[in-house]
Amino acid sequence: MISLQLPLKDEDILSLRAGDSVLLTGHLYTARDAAHKRLVELVDAGKPLPFDIKNETIYYVGPAPAPPGHAVGSAGPTTSYRMDAYTPKLLELGLKGMIGKGKRSDEVIEAIKKHSAVYFGATGGAAALISKSIISSEIVAYPDLGAEAIRRFTVKNFPVIVLIDCLGNNQYDIGKKQYAII
Amino acid sequence: MRIVQAETIQKEITRLFLDAGVNIEKDVDTCLKNAANNEPSPVGRNVLEQIIRNNEIAKEEKLPICQDTGMAVVFAEIGQDVHIQGGSLENAINKGVRKAYDEGYFRKSIVAEPLFNRKNTGDNTPAVIHVNIVEGDKIKLLAIAKGFGSENMSAIKMLVPADGVEGVKKFVLETVDKAGPNPCPPIIVGIGIGGSFEKAAIMAKKCTAKPLNYSNPDPNYAKLEDELLESINKRGIGPGGLGGRTTALKVHIEYAPTHIAGLPVAINICCHASRHKSCII
Ligand code: SF4
Repeated sequence: MISLQLPLKDEDILSLRAGDSVLLTGHLYTARDAAHKRLVELVDAGKPLPFDIKNETIYYVGPAPAPPGHAVGSAGPTTSYRMDAYTPKLLELGLKGMIGKGKRSDEVIEAIKKHSAVYFGATGGAAALISKSIISSEIVAYPDLGAEAIRRFTVKNFPVIVLIDCLGNNQYDIGKKQYAII
Repeated sequence: MRIVQAETIQKEITRLFLDAGVNIEKDVDTCLKNAANNEPSPVGRNVLEQIIRNNEIAKEEKLPICQDTGMAVVFAEIGQDVHIQGGSLENAINKGVRKAYDEGYFRKSIVAEPLFNRKNTGDNTPAVIHVNIVEGDKIKLLAIAKGFGSENMSAIKMLVPADGVEGVKKFVLETVDKAGPNPCPPIIVGIGIGGSFEKAAIMAKKCTAKPLNYSNPDPNYAKLEDELLESINKRGIGPGGLGGRTTALKVHIEYAPTHIAGLPVAINICCHASRHKSCII
């Protein structure tokens, strides 16, 4: 198990390989479909983003509301491919890490390689467990989007696995090949 | 004739969804634990262990099993000797859903209109409601909270009779392969075969809520369920899609009479967070 501090450093990203289990500590931003759409509209209009995306990590999540006494409600990953159309533009601006679940498009994988970034997976449906590693949450932008607003999470030992590393190695392909019986 | 108050239906719907959202079905839990013991892939095992622990935390702390607390789907079997008083069935169900998603701190994930402005309704209504009128004076309610990570990986195809069993197998395996990690494996595969276009889809949805130890009573279909499960688990997709031998927990098939020219097949995929509860009023 590897422990890493967020925001990620270039040397951390270079050393990570698909299949590595990692515990993340530090801060990250949340965004899913609607927030991505707005972010990329700002980029296209040449306007500044509501937070500095350089070196940051985005977690694809729309958390459940926080019950009293909890920093957040259940907060597991959503399926990442819905963000694929927007992701290369954000990587261009310096986004370094993404956390989600599921496959990415070839364009996203190319952009991950080009900009030396990393795509992590969190366990889909382990949302109550994951919420235990989120210590605080504040809305940074788009409160009108409700669960889809952009939040800044402080996380401690957030459990993830490297799905696509900066060389383009893909754990989904590697794992499937290893266990397929043909 | 028996009179049932709309309020009774509403209260039962609230209870069912509150229960489904945080308490995993016992058979799913047992199945996950067996899978964790038999999974040869270390990363796969780790995913299964996280899911099992997640479900314990959800139950202990009354937190939703998954942040996607789903779209509310309700199957209502209404005895024809029942008269519902004090409001409509539809209103009672939607009020029940609204209250559950509010009280349970569940996520509200429904948009009022799908294409142009996609504005959230703010209370997770309306539910998708399937009503069947049956004999008797009871009401049977089945509440399903359906996550869309797996719903989006579902598929329907109008096969032709000549495609036969092999055609069905090919379509199921293609669909599961294409879905890969996206629907949060291990999955439950519901398959509706026959009927018409929409009948196949409704049967498939119903299959996702059947007990995991249930098999189709027709031995041909039971055998097909087992063969499909085995083939799916040979694909290597594994828990979380990270590689392994537990890709599906169960394949359920329901069939219906169909047209001489047709072989509709609908596949509804459900994630391990299979949340459904039922009751009889
Ligand atoms: S597919 Fe199921 S387990 Fe996965 S995120 Fe959606 S609701 Fe949760």
